[in-house]
Amino acid sequence: MKAAGKFLFLAMLGLFLAAPLVVVTGVSFNGTQRMSFPPEKASLIWYDAFFGDPAWMSALSLSLIVASLAALASVSVAFPIAYAIWKYQSRTALFLESIARVSFLLPSIVLSIVYLVFWSWLGHVGRIEDTVLSHAVVFVALPLATIGLGFRSVDLSLVEAARTMGAREGDVLRTIVRPIVMPYVVSGLVFVFILSLNEYIIAYMVAGFEVETLPIKVFNNLRMGFQPTMCVGAVLFMLLGVFAFSVVALIGDLPKLLGGIARQREGA
Amino acid sequence: MTVLNAPLARRLRLGLLLSWPMLVLLGLGAMPFILLLRISVAPRDPNGMWLPGVTLHAYGALGEPDLLGALSDSVEMAIIVGAISVGLGFPLTWLITRMRRRLQVVWLVFLLATLSLSDVLIAFSWQVMLSKRIGLSNIFVALGLMDAPESLTPSTGAVIACLVYLVLPFTVLTLFPVLSRLNYDLVEAARTLGASPFRAFTSVVVPMIKGPTMIAFVIAMVLTVGTYVPPLVLGRPQHWPMAVLIGSTALAGHDLPRASAMSFLLLAATVLLALGAAQAARARKS
Repeated sequence: MKAAGKFLFLAMLGLFLAAPLVVVTGVSFNGTQRMSFPPEKASLIWYDAFFGDPAWMSALSLSLIVASLAALASVSVAFPIAYAIWKYQSRTALFLESIARVSFLLPSIVLSIVYLVFWSWLGHVGRIEDTVLSHAVVFVALPLATIGLGFRSVDLSLVEAARTMGAREGDVLRTIVRPIVMPYVVSGLVFVFILSLNEYIIAYMVAGFEVETLPIKVFNNLRMGFQPTMCVGAVLFMLLGVFAFSVVALIGDLPKLLGGIARQREGA
Repeated sequence: MTVLNAPLARRLRLGLLLSWPMLVLLGLGAMPFILLLRISVAPRDPNGMWLPGVTLHAYGALGEPDLLGALSDSVEMAIIVGAISVGLGFPLTWLITRMRRRLQVVWLVFLLATLSLSDVLIAFSWQVMLSKRIGLSNIFVALGLMDAPESLTPSTGAVIACLVYLVLPFTVLTLFPVLSRLNYDLVEAARTLGASPFRAFTSVVVPMIKGPTMIAFVIAMVLTVGTYVPPLVLGRPQHWPMAVLIGSTALAGHDLPRASAMSFLLLAATVLLALGAAQAARARKS
């Protein structure tokens, strides 16, 4: 009885979370212009239309470029801070970390106005680097958290042992710290990449007319009425998200990365 | 000599290490807020951004009834969505942490994928799902709950459903660390000492989870307050919250000083909501 209740609860929530995704995926396979579910005359014509349309392609490639650069910039800021906290317990680094946390937690509409005003003040409007840097700063709290966790999971007795055996600082970093921290750096990159890819309001306020990323294009089209190609964009981003986080789960320990308990060693 | 130089060398190395993060976070993280404060007291420039000088005009306009109505809509929405998200998210997280590890990873990947999906795409999906042709209303008709299919948007219910969808993964991921590290030995101990399951829960588990649950609630409220697209796409214009008004003031109204002042009002309301929640958590303890 109790087990049935649990199952029902999980099934209902799973349905709630999956329903919009299933419907949009279904609609994307329609063979007609009309919006129907289940799809009428299932076909891939809207996928052809999407990949054959230079406007959608340019939105997609812009999104990918912005997200990749934002991820790199964000990690380039997060890594030194996490390292300085781990290695030197630096107060400056802790202060920078708190700025990063605050920027992540503010309401996104407020952040979008902040960056609109900021880039206008600089007289530097409508450039791709505006979107990239705004995203890099807003999301920097995520790689900071994952990379910090990576450094904290370095076993200090290993470092100690290596030093006793005569390893220099550089050797320790290269042979012990790097392999442990690397998966956490990659996770940080993935988190920023996916969030930047999907972020709408900041990208729109900062440079929405010139740098039309995919969410911006979907939103602009939404105002003109329904188009099945929009569903294709949504399906693509869904798949990208599932793929990216599956990669994170494969190369690392996802429950631990999200703050849970570490995986038990085999046979331990 | 070396003794004297060691701290200096350390400082130098740290300074070098942190110079880039410092430049980015102070220049692009902290400074823009000071600028926002400055612009909120600047006079409006009808054919540009803003003019030099100082005026409190934008703040004076914050008392308009439309604006206050939107603010109270924002706050109300935040409390409702926060409560539903925690009400559903807590048992969900609890059940996930008790699953086999494999299944746990599947749920986490699924939640992360929905969490990261653009609010534009989610609002659009909900719009499709609630439309007259496809939508949920056809199921309701089949179940005998409704007479004829109709579009379920725009409505406040649609906005709430979409926002809960957006916020729920964040709630689960906030509660996940606490619930998966919860120490069951203490519950066992309380049970061995003769406590009923209910008493064991209220006296052992509740004190451990109260703080994190309140944090999850606050995060849910902050996220709700900041969303622009779902209320715009799914909601009724007379119930558009602050976020939508801020966006249209900046974009359609070209009034950045006013949009900045409204942003501060929304920030203040958010901080008050968070403090209120913290206060409530503390009050229930004593």
